[in-house]
Amino acid sequence: MSLMPRVEWFTGHDRKRIVDEAKTILEKIGVFVENDEAVALLDNAGAKVEKGRVRIYADLVERALDTAPERILLYDRGGEVAMDLGEDRIHFNPGSAALRIFDPSIGDARTPVTADVVRFVTLTDALPAYAAQSTGLIPGDVPEGIADRYRVYLGLLHSSKPIVTGTFRVEAFAPMHAMLSAAAGGDEELRKKPIAIFDCCPSPPLMWSELTCQALIDCARTGIPAELVSMPLTGATSPVTLAGAVTQHCAESLSGIVIHQLARPGSPIIYGGSPACFDMRKGTTPMGAIETMMIDGAYAEIGKYLGVPTHAYMALSDSKPVDYQAGMETAMGAIVAAFSGINNISGPGMLDFESCQSLEKLVLDNEICAMALRLTEGIVFRDDPIALPLIEKGLEKKEFLSLPHTMKWFRREAYFPGEVIERGTLDEWRSKGKQDAATRASARVAEILGSHMPMLPDDGAAARIEEIMTEEARKAGMAGLPRIE
Amino acid sequence: MREHLKACMQAVLEGDGERAEELAKLTLERKLPLLEVIDGGFVAGIREVGRLWEEGALFLPELVMGAEAMKMAMGVLQPALEASGGKQEKAGHVVIGTIEGDIHDIGKTLVATMLSANGFGITDLGADVPAAKFVDEAEKRGAGCIAVSALLTTTMPGQKKVIEELRKRSLRGKVRVMVGGAPCSEKWAEDIGADGYAGDAVSAVALAKKFMA
Repeated sequence: MSLMPRVEWFTGHDRKRIVDEAKTILEKIGVFVENDEAVALLDNAGAKVEKGRVRIYADLVERALDTAPERILLYDRGGEVAMDLGEDRIHFNPGSAALRIFDPSIGDARTPVTADVVRFVTLTDALPAYAAQSTGLIPGDVPEGIADRYRVYLGLLHSSKPIVTGTFRVEAFAPMHAMLSAAAGGDEELRKKPIAIFDCCPSPPLMWSELTCQALIDCARTGIPAELVSMPLTGATSPVTLAGAVTQHCAESLSGIVIHQLARPGSPIIYGGSPACFDMRKGTTPMGAIETMMIDGAYAEIGKYLGVPTHAYMALSDSKPVDYQAGMETAMGAIVAAFSGINNISGPGMLDFESCQSLEKLVLDNEICAMALRLTEGIVFRDDPIALPLIEKGLEKKEFLSLPHTMKWFRREAYFPGEVIERGTLDEWRSKGKQDAATRASARVAEILGSHMPMLPDDGAAARIEEIMTEEARKAGMAGLPRIE
Repeated sequence: MREHLKACMQAVLEGDGERAEELAKLTLERKLPLLEVIDGGFVAGIREVGRLWEEGALFLPELVMGAEAMKMAMGVLQPALEASGGKQEKAGHVVIGTIEGDIHDIGKTLVATMLSANGFGITDLGADVPAAKFVDEAEKRGAGCIAVSALLTTTMPGQKKVIEELRKRSLRGKVRVMVGGAPCSEKWAEDIGADGYAGDAVSAVALAKKFMA
C-alpha cells in the first residue's frame, strides 16, 4: 500500500473545538426553518421550537450522526458502482446549474438551449475523469418552471452516468423521482442502487427555506442521497474569518443532517458546500480564491471527523473565457480538493462564479481531474529492492526503454493526457497551426460529439421518462418537448 | 463651523457611526444650520466614500460602514429637518428590494448604499418583497424609481409583476423601474418592459440619475 498524499487543516483539538462550538450555536441560536414538516419533526424529537426558530440540542445531533452512513455508493445505469463516496476517495463531476454556456464561435457567454445540454451531457458521458454527470446547464428554451426536471430528463436519455442535480421548486421532486425511478427500474431499485444525488442548500446564516428543506425530507424518504450545500460567504453572510466560516458551515450542515435523519434514519447524506471568500472590492463570490479552497478543504476535514461522505464545489474558475485564469484556478482547486480527500468534487467546466459552463473547458478540465486522480494514488513501491537491479540492467543496455520492467510499468506509473495538453516539440506545435489549449479543446469537443455512443436507457424506460416529461411540459403550457436531433 | 463640517465628513469617511451620531447631536445643540451641515459634512463624507470605492481605494466593509455612519447621523437630524420643513433628498427617492421568494440581500443592499451615498432617499424593503409592497411603498413615499433585485431565474418573473402592478394603479408613467441581479440583463429588462437594467451598484446610480434627471 502506498501512502495517499493528504493535507491536514486542523489539529485534533481544533477539529473538536469547531464541532463543539457548532453544536453550541445550534443550542443557543438555533436554525430558522420555514418548512412545517421539518419543524414538526424537530419539535417531536425534543428540539425547542419558537416561531420558526428551532434550537437543537447536542444529543439530537449525536443521534443523527450515529445513523448517517459513512459510505455512499452511486451506480451507473448498467448497475455498476460509479462513485464510492467515503474515506479519502475522490470523484469529479461537472459544476451544476449554469445559466449560460461559453460559445467560442461568438467569444462570449449566451443562454443555452436543449441542443447545448445534450452536447454537454454526451461530452460528460464520454470523458473518463468524470465519475458522474450533473444537470450543469439550465436550458432557456423550456419554461423556467420546469427547467429543473427537464435537465434530468435530458441527462437520463443521453448518459448512463449517475446525476448530481437538485430541485428549483418543491413540486419538481415527484416527477424527477419518477423519471429516475423509471431509469433505475423501480422505486426500490432506485433506493438500493441510487443513480442521483440531490443538492439541498441551507441559506446562510442558519436558515432552511421551504424548498430546500422539503428536498432534504423527500430525499431521506426516497433514499436518494442528499448533498448539503452550505455556502457561507466570508464577511457577507458569515463571519469574515475562515475558521468562523467553517464553524458556521458546520452548524448549518449539522442542522441539515438532523432534519434529514429525523425524516428517515440511515438515509444517505453528504457533507458538502459551496462557500466563498467574499470579494470585498467587487462584491462577488470568487470560487477561484485560494481562501475559498481553504474553507472547502477545512470543512471537508470536519465532515470526515463527523463520519459522513464529503463534497465541495471546486475545480472551477471565475474567468469569463477559457484562458490562463480558467486553467489556473481550476487546477488549484482540483489539487487542493484531491489533497483534502473530498469525495464528490463538483466544478469542472465551470466559469464565472458557477454561472457559465464551457464544453471546451470540460474537455481541458478532464485532464486536470485525471491528473488529480493520479496524484491521489501516490507513489507505489512496485519492487524490492526498489531500483538497484534495474540500474544494473540499464547500465548494461545503456538505456531503460527496452527493459521488460519499463514495459510492464510505464502505463501504470504515469497518466497520459490527451492531445489537448501540448507535450510535443516546438516544431510539432508550429506544424499543427500554433494552436492554444482552448482551440485544441474545440477540435476535441467536435471529435467526441461526432463519435461517442452513450449507453442509452432501454426503450421501455426511455418511453416512460419521455411520458413523464411530456406531461410536465403540457402542464407548463407547452405543446410538446423541444425536438432533440 | 468649518471644523465641524470637516469632523462630520471625517466621521462618515472613517465609518465611525458613534462619532457621526455625536456630531449630529452637537449640530442640534449648537443650532447650526441643518442643511449646510448635512450637505457640507455628512453628504460630502459619503460622496467621498463612494468616490474612493469606485476608485478601488476602499473595500465593501468600508463603504457599508460609511453608509451606516451616515444613517446614524441622519437618524438624529432627520426629525429636526422635517420639523423645519427642509428636504434633503435632492436626487429623488428610490424604493428598493429583492423580489418575493428570493432571499438574496447583499447585491441589493450595496446598490441601496451607493444610491444613498449619491444623495438619493432610499426605502430599502429588504428581501422577499411582494410586488404590491414595492408599489405601496413607492406611492407612499412619492418615489420616482423602484429598483427590484432577483438573484434566481425562478424569482425573476416577479420583477415583471412589479411593472404590472404599477400599470394596474396607473402609476407606470410616474415611477421608473430598474432591475438587477445575476440572471438579469438588458434584454430581460426590455422583455418585461422595465426602464433599465443595472449590472452593479455604480451603473445603478448612473441609471437612477438618468431616471431622475
